[in-house]
Amino acid sequence: MSLDFKPGAFNDFFREETFRGDFTYRNSPHNIRRFPFPFDRDDYMYAVNMEPHVPGRIGSVFEKTFDVDEHYVAEMIDRAKVLADDPLRCQSLPHMTLAGWDLLELIMESKARDYPEWFSLEKNGNRWRWINRPLGIDHSFTFLDEATLPYGPMEYITRQTQGDFTLQDEREGTLWMDAGIATSQADWSVDFDIGMSWHEWHAPVPLAHEMGIFDRALKFLLKLQHGAPVRRFNWTMTVNPLLDTAPETYPKWGPTKTSLTQENLGQKQHLRVELQTLYRLPRSNAIAFDIRCYLASFDELMTVPKWARRLHRVVRDIHPDLATYKGFIRNQPAMVEWLSKYDDGKPTSPGWWPEEA
Amino acid sequence: MTLTPVEPTIKSRPVYAPLEPRPGHLHLIIADGEGADAVTDMLAKTSDAGQLLASAHLMYCPGPNGTDLTERLRALGALQFFRAPTIPALLPRLKRVLVDAHMGSQFYLAGTEGLCGQAETAIMQTGFPASAIQKEHRGSTVRRVQCVHCKGITENVATDPFQCSHCGLSLFVRDHYSRRLAAFQGVNIDAEDPGDVPPSVVRFK
Amino acid sequence: MSVAKLQVRVEEVVPVNELITRFRFVSRNGAPLPAFSGGAHTVVEMEDHGTRRMNPYSLMSDPSDTRGYEISVRRDDQGRGGSLFMHRHVRPGMEMVISNPVNLFGLDTRAKKHLMIVGGIGITPFLSQTAQLARQGGQWEMHYAARNRALGAYMDRLTGAYGDRVHCYFDEEGDKIDLARLLATQPIGTHLYVCGPKGMIAWVLKTAAAMGWPPQALHSEEFIAPPTGAPFEVQLAASGKTITVGPAQSLLEAIEAAGVDAPYLCRGGACGQCETNVLRHEGEILHADHWLTDEEKASNCKIMPCVSRFAGKTLVLDR
Repeated sequence: MSLDFKPGAFNDFFREETFRGDFTYRNSPHNIRRFPFPFDRDDYMYAVNMEPHVPGRIGSVFEKTFDVDEHYVAEMIDRAKVLADDPLRCQSLPHMTLAGWDLLELIMESKARDYPEWFSLEKNGNRWRWINRPLGIDHSFTFLDEATLPYGPMEYITRQTQGDFTLQDEREGTLWMDAGIATSQADWSVDFDIGMSWHEWHAPVPLAHEMGIFDRALKFLLKLQHGAPVRRFNWTMTVNPLLDTAPETYPKWGPTKTSLTQENLGQKQHLRVELQTLYRLPRSNAIAFDIRCYLASFDELMTVPKWARRLHRVVRDIHPDLATYKGFIRNQPAMVEWLSKYDDGKPTSPGWWPEEA
Repeated sequence: MTLTPVEPTIKSRPVYAPLEPRPGHLHLIIADGEGADAVTDMLAKTSDAGQLLASAHLMYCPGPNGTDLTERLRALGALQFFRAPTIPALLPRLKRVLVDAHMGSQFYLAGTEGLCGQAETAIMQTGFPASAIQKEHRGSTVRRVQCVHCKGITENVATDPFQCSHCGLSLFVRDHYSRRLAAFQGVNIDAEDPGDVPPSVVRFK
Repeated sequence: MSVAKLQVRVEEVVPVNELITRFRFVSRNGAPLPAFSGGAHTVVEMEDHGTRRMNPYSLMSDPSDTRGYEISVRRDDQGRGGSLFMHRHVRPGMEMVISNPVNLFGLDTRAKKHLMIVGGIGITPFLSQTAQLARQGGQWEMHYAARNRALGAYMDRLTGAYGDRVHCYFDEEGDKIDLARLLATQPIGTHLYVCGPKGMIAWVLKTAAAMGWPPQALHSEEFIAPPTGAPFEVQLAASGKTITVGPAQSLLEAIEAAGVDAPYLCRGGACGQCETNVLRHEGEILHADHWLTDEEKASNCKIMPCVSRFAGKTLVLDR
């Protein structure tokens, strides 16, 4: 496979690592402290839990609109490999091109504003020049003219942005997932789900429909306004730091679920957190849904005592339907056994931040 | 024989309702197998079936279980009647008719989920709202299933699990349904424990 | 969720005809305004000598023109005064506040063709939609009726730019849209959009439904001006306040005037954002919105305070 970008050399910040094969992915101590640990209490059940996506604590994953972290370059290389293997992971129905341009504009403007040392955007009318230094890209193109990009606008910009994305068209009082790219997904298929309505693509999720979660969330999102994005968390479990847990390749990665032992669990078992952010797009009136994946091994999480205690309690007490849906029911007993050694039974403080050192 | 009941399940699984006569200047009626009964039941609900049939284009093929009610439908005297041997042989004619159909046409789909789904996909591609297409499931419950791994579609799946007719993997059949593909989703059943495939049972008849 | 707002300055005030005036807004700090989608509206805030008025107007400028927004306002001499304020008091250079664009009347971009039916000032959302389609490509056809040639705002602009796609009709010349023929000849996959007087919208939607057009392919937009009426008293249970709604004031405005935050997007009975639960009532809720279903209106469990009023003894709201 050839990359169509030339990564600026990996450096003190951007880690050279893999999400496949030898799995050299690791979090630096600094990056562990900023991991978006998703449990604000010692138990877990669904909630709509949406809050405004406004700049958060300095250094946190909420500080910027689109967080760029130490895994950026390695993740973009992994995405290019997945797309080379299976182009169906990125699809946009014909009426969604304008929404793709909206997304490109949103990401380029945000990154150039938030990370001027890495990204810059110069505009001269619709003639734009985009520089992405970490990936070695310097590209001039015409905004709204697909012929001046090597891919469609959604694919072009998301090959340079961490996180899976879907673009949702609003019609008939609901949202339709009519475009998307997924190479770091928790077991859902772009090719299968594209074109589905809000309730259809969430159909496989247990319990939440009966709880009215999706009705309430949809009502909330239909009122989503340009300039007022929102965010929420989701999470699951993954064996090995494998970004691409797609149903397409399940026969390849499924067997790894049987490879856990008490000796390797801390290194192999990862908590997989999705920071989901939603933006109303101005030109298309579509909604962009960013599903950003953060991975941390149990060993890494145990370096924060509050998270160690809490993760044990959440995994131990979770509703079995959720453990099944999230794909870790078979390993739940082993995980609880392993985690119990790190839970001294002390109370935990509210909220998800690590206790101040 | 009435509308085939659908067990309560997940929200992407299509639901069906009895066909109702609606106003329109063209009535496109597409059916297979026992779907013929849904068509005659619908016609029985209107006081002027003759008027509806005088502007009806009826396309029919036998069901995957062999049910063939061609002569009953032919005898209705629709403006145009067409019998195809199979669904793939029926679809090109539907697509041709759609090319110069106008708004104010009504669509009535009846029979197997494979027939309803594939006709619906063809109609949707014109920009016509899918939710305005009437569909009534009758007869065989065999399914059209896409293998999520190799992307091949296997027709008339009766057992669960089944072997993908393209890549050979053993797949279990989910209720998750794609309107764009007109197919249910098949997922490898022994991915985590290769070779550990439970015996197939007949789930769809 | 509160409404995001834009700080703007009035750049131009242009009389279009004896009833309609066009206003152009630019941002006060010179930064571009957000792009928007064809059919979107903005809510314009007016400080009318002690009364705050907030009226929704469709954006009529090219949606990709981020240098300024344009609206056209038809003077309503019998209304509550919003359009009269715009006509009499808004002058170039004035600073105003408008909401971020919100679209309740967007194009279905999967459509094979867009059929637009327009009456009078209802033309405004179609001006931004046609500009969007001209750039993006897409089949469309417009049928635009006005009382007479003088009141056919922007007809020359449209026919000049788009030629045969735009068909004009003048009531005073006896023209009438041949709706039955028009609706019978549209290719499958056409979506219909109608904006204009209430009677015209009802006529088009009813005729189309009778000819077999599905409701999912029919799009209309009508902002209702809040009706005037007898004053009434309302208890706001959540905030523990009792307020009186004045004769020319809407319930939503009275809630806001009492310092209680209430959500809204359109203030014209269309968007559903201000939907409020009725906890108790003794009297008649005068529903005037397009949002609640007939069953919901009959149940009297909900009210849309932007346009609906009340007559009777007690009304207690969950607000």
